[in-house]
Amino acid sequence: MLKNQDYIFRNLNGYNSYKLSDARKRGDWSNTKKIIQKGAEWIIEEIKLSGLRGRGGAGFPTGLKWSFIPKKSDLPKYLIINADESEPGTCKDRDVIRYEAHKLLEGCLLSSFALGVKTCYIYIRGEFYNESKILQAAIDEAYQNKLLGKNACNSSWNLDIFLHRGAGAYIAGEETALLESLEGKKAQPRLKPPYPASTGLYGCPTTVNNVETIAAIPDILKKGAIWFSGIGKPNNTGSKIFCISGHINKPCNVEEELGIPLKELIEKYAGGVVGGWNNLLAVIPGGSSVPLINKKIADSVLMDFDSLEEVNSSLGTAGVIVMNKSTNLLKAIARISRFYKKESCGQCTPCREGAGWMWRVMERFVNGEGTLEEIDTLYDVSKEVEGHTICALGDAAAWPIQGLIRHFRPLIEKKIKENNFKNKVA
Amino acid sequence: MKTKIKEINFKFNDKNILKAKFILKKYPKKFSSSALLPLLHLAQDQLDGWLNKPAIEYIAKYLNIPLINVYEVATFYHMFNLEKVGKYCIHVCTTTPCWLKGSDNILRQIEKNFKIKVGNTTKDNQITLKEIECLGACINAPLIKINNNFYENLSSKDVQNLINKIKEEKKIHLTKNNA
Repeated sequence: MLKNQDYIFRNLNGYNSYKLSDARKRGDWSNTKKIIQKGAEWIIEEIKLSGLRGRGGAGFPTGLKWSFIPKKSDLPKYLIINADESEPGTCKDRDVIRYEAHKLLEGCLLSSFALGVKTCYIYIRGEFYNESKILQAAIDEAYQNKLLGKNACNSSWNLDIFLHRGAGAYIAGEETALLESLEGKKAQPRLKPPYPASTGLYGCPTTVNNVETIAAIPDILKKGAIWFSGIGKPNNTGSKIFCISGHINKPCNVEEELGIPLKELIEKYAGGVVGGWNNLLAVIPGGSSVPLINKKIADSVLMDFDSLEEVNSSLGTAGVIVMNKSTNLLKAIARISRFYKKESCGQCTPCREGAGWMWRVMERFVNGEGTLEEIDTLYDVSKEVEGHTICALGDAAAWPIQGLIRHFRPLIEKKIKENNFKNKVA
Repeated sequence: MKTKIKEINFKFNDKNILKAKFILKKYPKKFSSSALLPLLHLAQDQLDGWLNKPAIEYIAKYLNIPLINVYEVATFYHMFNLEKVGKYCIHVCTTTPCWLKGSDNILRQIEKNFKIKVGNTTKDNQITLKEIECLGACINAPLIKINNNFYENLSSKDVQNLINKIKEEKKIHLTKNNA
């Protein structure tokens, strides 16, 4: 359990304003100059030591990612903050932007200094219109108080932060698709390598980090890597915002240490499952793209990257979607399949054709059509899509279906058998 | 692009020209095409929520990039409407977290009240109803987006209130936010 003094996001519920005066009371923009004076190498080492893993879904160690940026380069370097949060079940970045905007901006300055970046873009999803206004207001406020711009925070470092609004494409959350979109093109992921660290935005070295990752940087540097790595579990250090939605009594965003039991998270913070814990059917633990887990696993599973991987799922973005026994699970997963069919960028054949095919078969299952053999065919096709595309959207379309078949195959079979019986009688 | 309205030439108005210049300053001079998305947003705002062909041509000229590239982008992103939309563009989020909380009922309620089907606009050009994918506010599900504002934690009564307000053509304010 996270101790009271260890919370990074103190205004996650929005009881106070995002404005600079309130943010300062929460400790933002304090000692920023002193940290910068310790040097770029120190900052990167400290982040490496802290074991911070990216909060955007993949869980790649941030310090390691930063160390890929070439130190000596004639080209300008860029830092991009990925605020294109569109994963179903995830809504943490929105609240960080709305309520903790200055923490994010301070993180931008410290990270930019560490990476040698002078221009930083924040790519916010287009639907977040009011949020982008708030963030722009916070950026303006920071400029006026000389926290950004030339000689930011009196540190003799120059940093410009620009806000860029997307226009509603889930795929723009993938880092190379985001770069394409920022360059004014269709958001279609690039082939890697070359990785953005060497050839990113405008062909220059670029780092793309999630909002929550960057917003956690100032606290890690202020309180120390040892403090951060003392929270959570080895290799899964620190605290993380969990977004708990679905069939629960009190849906909420909550910051907790990694490795907290799922049951504790739901019962303690989210007011429990509607109808009690025994009424639980399934949980999607990390945003729509990860395989679901059944109640038996949910009873004891810990919420961190490694523990969820052991049960063939993933922490992803930690968007916990809870479904109780009133849910038509086939329909819920079919709806997710439709999401991926709609959001596929159309670049790779397995994803473009496969996502639509899988959705159509799922719709058949919802109606009880199809045969029992088709379940195996669907599983095979999902395996063919997985891993055969440029980006992870193909995987994301396949995993929810694989999770469904793995844990709830009898449910699909029952539905098909019932329908076949009905047809015979008729 | 189908439209019955006579298309006239498009030009940014004075206010938007200033805004466009401000937007262009954000990006390196060599890469002004980066400003494409923000400028399309700007043009769409000026045209009350949709982009016509002259606007797309104008922006291609403004940024000095091939027309097809602008058209490609305008068709790729969901937020750009290439057909005229109503004064109130209602987006109902129906992705799984909202669906679990009863977004289907909201959709039906709106359809019934305005007598339209998803994807259509009413004849008087007041209401456009659309389904939208996850809006990223799942803890406040179910929610809808009207033009640029989110309306969250909706019960059927809240939806009815919103519908009534639109019917009365009153200016709607952000009434419900985080609980």
